[in-house]
Amino acid sequence: MTYRATLDGEHYRFSDLRQVLAWASPQRSGDELAGIAAADPVERIAARYALADVPLATFLEDLPVPYEADEVTRLIVDTHDAASFAPVAHMTVGQFRDWLLSHQADADAIAAVSPGLTPEMVSAVSKLMRNQDLIAAARKIRVRTAFRNTQGLPGRLGTRLQPNHPTDDPRGIAASLLDGLLLGVGDAVIGINPATDNIANGIVLLDMLESVRTRYAIPTQSCVLTHVTNSIAMIERGAPVDLVFQSVAGTEAANAGFGVSLSLLAEAQDAALSLGRGTVGQDVMYFETGQGAALSANAHHGMDQQTAEVRAYAVARAFSPLLVNTVVGFIGPEYLYDGKQIIRAGLEDHFCGKLMGLPMGCDVCYTNHAEADQDDMDNLMMLLTVAGVNFLITVPGGDDVMLSYQSLSYHDMLTLRSSFGVRAAPEFEAWLEGMDLLDTRGRLRLNAPHALGRILAPET
Amino acid sequence: MNESRPDPATDTMTLNGTDPWAPLRGLTHARVGQPRAGDTVAGGEVRAFQLAHARARKAVTAPLRQDAMPLDGPVLTVHSEATDRAMFIRRPDLGRRLSADSAAVLTRGSYDVVFVIADGLSSVAAERQAPPVLAACRALLPGWRIAPVVVAHNARVALGDDIAHRLGAGCVVMMIGERPGLSVSDSLSLYMTWDPHPGRLDSERNCISNIHDQGGLSAGVAAAKLAWLLAGARRIGRSGIMLKDETPADPAATLPP
Repeated sequence: MTYRATLDGEHYRFSDLRQVLAWASPQRSGDELAGIAAADPVERIAARYALADVPLATFLEDLPVPYEADEVTRLIVDTHDAASFAPVAHMTVGQFRDWLLSHQADADAIAAVSPGLTPEMVSAVSKLMRNQDLIAAARKIRVRTAFRNTQGLPGRLGTRLQPNHPTDDPRGIAASLLDGLLLGVGDAVIGINPATDNIANGIVLLDMLESVRTRYAIPTQSCVLTHVTNSIAMIERGAPVDLVFQSVAGTEAANAGFGVSLSLLAEAQDAALSLGRGTVGQDVMYFETGQGAALSANAHHGMDQQTAEVRAYAVARAFSPLLVNTVVGFIGPEYLYDGKQIIRAGLEDHFCGKLMGLPMGCDVCYTNHAEADQDDMDNLMMLLTVAGVNFLITVPGGDDVMLSYQSLSYHDMLTLRSSFGVRAAPEFEAWLEGMDLLDTRGRLRLNAPHALGRILAPET
Repeated sequence: MNESRPDPATDTMTLNGTDPWAPLRGLTHARVGQPRAGDTVAGGEVRAFQLAHARARKAVTAPLRQDAMPLDGPVLTVHSEATDRAMFIRRPDLGRRLSADSAAVLTRGSYDVVFVIADGLSSVAAERQAPPVLAACRALLPGWRIAPVVVAHNARVALGDDIAHRLGAGCVVMMIGERPGLSVSDSLSLYMTWDPHPGRLDSERNCISNIHDQGGLSAGVAAAKLAWLLAGARRIGRSGIMLKDETPADPAATLPP
């Protein structure tokens, strides 16, 4: 099947949908690295003209990765919900973009069609949207999930408290954990990236998080972000596993690079569900994704990195996750070169994840070999907050001393709460009030005598 | 780093008239207990962060100096197809491929393991950490036939697969500089791959990371972990997710009160 555009008498032909999608993508280093990007700015826009005319239904036929060759494609095709797709089945990608921004496309209307959308359709429409479109459309979509509190409610912004330590020293982790709790973050998850995949060490960390959580009756969930097979092993040994974490990607081969398959993820979900540890919900999975993951595993099948990324969301939505976040600036400048590319990708990932029906969060971050800095992150965190992001990742002072990259700081969440009026999950906010951590205007106290007395100087 | 602590003009947490964070700051290099200005941090913290970022940016571009490393025995020098640091950063694919000249340097032998010292994203890390880790590893591997050490410039992890394959080594340990962080810009990782050859997946490797002397893993502990993994890989004939790191958790690591 060929795709065409004619601009001022000049003809452009595209051999397949993958090429239209790749050329229509905003300029980014990863697509250039893969050798699939548009060669010049006019070609890029020609591809967008061609893409705007493609019927959404075409995406059910022209598959970027063959059905026979890839279990993610089979998942997408086999679970496609034709009834949900019906209201938009007659539209082209261009018409779908206008519909998403129309007044009739409210939260319910978009949620109703979501199960009928394939990742390729969602990726395609995002390429015809400006940053403000990605924000305005995402803002309409609410995805609620629950475990020990409720994430994704209107006006709420969740936070992951990430107290990493380079040697997994529990005392060092505890210091970063206390800092975050006293700054009022951690309702989405208290999640540690361990420095090693040692199972005994992972259990030590889980036990520590569990003892802090139960001692202070904190309505949140914890996670040690290790490979699913390690989480399964920890569950088998009786460790207090709330959430099972896994990085996922958009092709079978890229997931093999992560050492996972759909059946292994299902096994891990079953193992976590068997513990029944949630109180207000049983969403037990936590996934991370990021543009460039498939290409870095040499498993992108000629797809642009954003389309491969949205296919990862198809993997995630099969497992009712509590949390999903893109690690947008983490994977490196060979995929997202600078602040402009990171910001655009962060907004795309959030919008596409939400449209796929995911509780989408973001690790607003950058590495020291990227052309980006804190000013870029300030911009992205504010744009995502306006877009209604489910949660953001935070570390002490914005500096992750284990993973050696810069994310947002605990304090940044206070700035977002005061600037935009967003609040923590209701159960967690009630806990903050109960611990006397908030002043009469709901701001984090500088000194919280009771909480401090109990946490920093316990009676024991 | 601490120009703003204590600063009477900023909001510093107090408990019974003292800074409750003072004892806790010694437990981690993380930026905990920072003084505030309203919702955000005090200005001194902002400038300290910007200084650290500026230093890390500079570290990324430094070339690996082989003469700065004390290494015993013969040393082979190789380069990837990335010819400079800028190309190395934008083109990781080139960093995984040996240059044609380098392939000629590697003559086939018969070894159990080859250690490769690679710049990765921090040549400073390779220069400072790799020699002591290598010495500690040698001491723990009696009976292993160890190939001449290879120093690899503008190298990514997977470059080691081809190096080991050409040398005829049954295992490769890439000792590679990690991406510099703000607090630590000289942290080293070890990637161990059993039966290495081009095309190995990341899930077929085992990693020991955060080897540095500012609160990270010491050379001795890293070498002990590696020796444990090597023994395990030799036993099951493979590395990666099937080989779990089951060395005991640090007995000194106890629960906080």
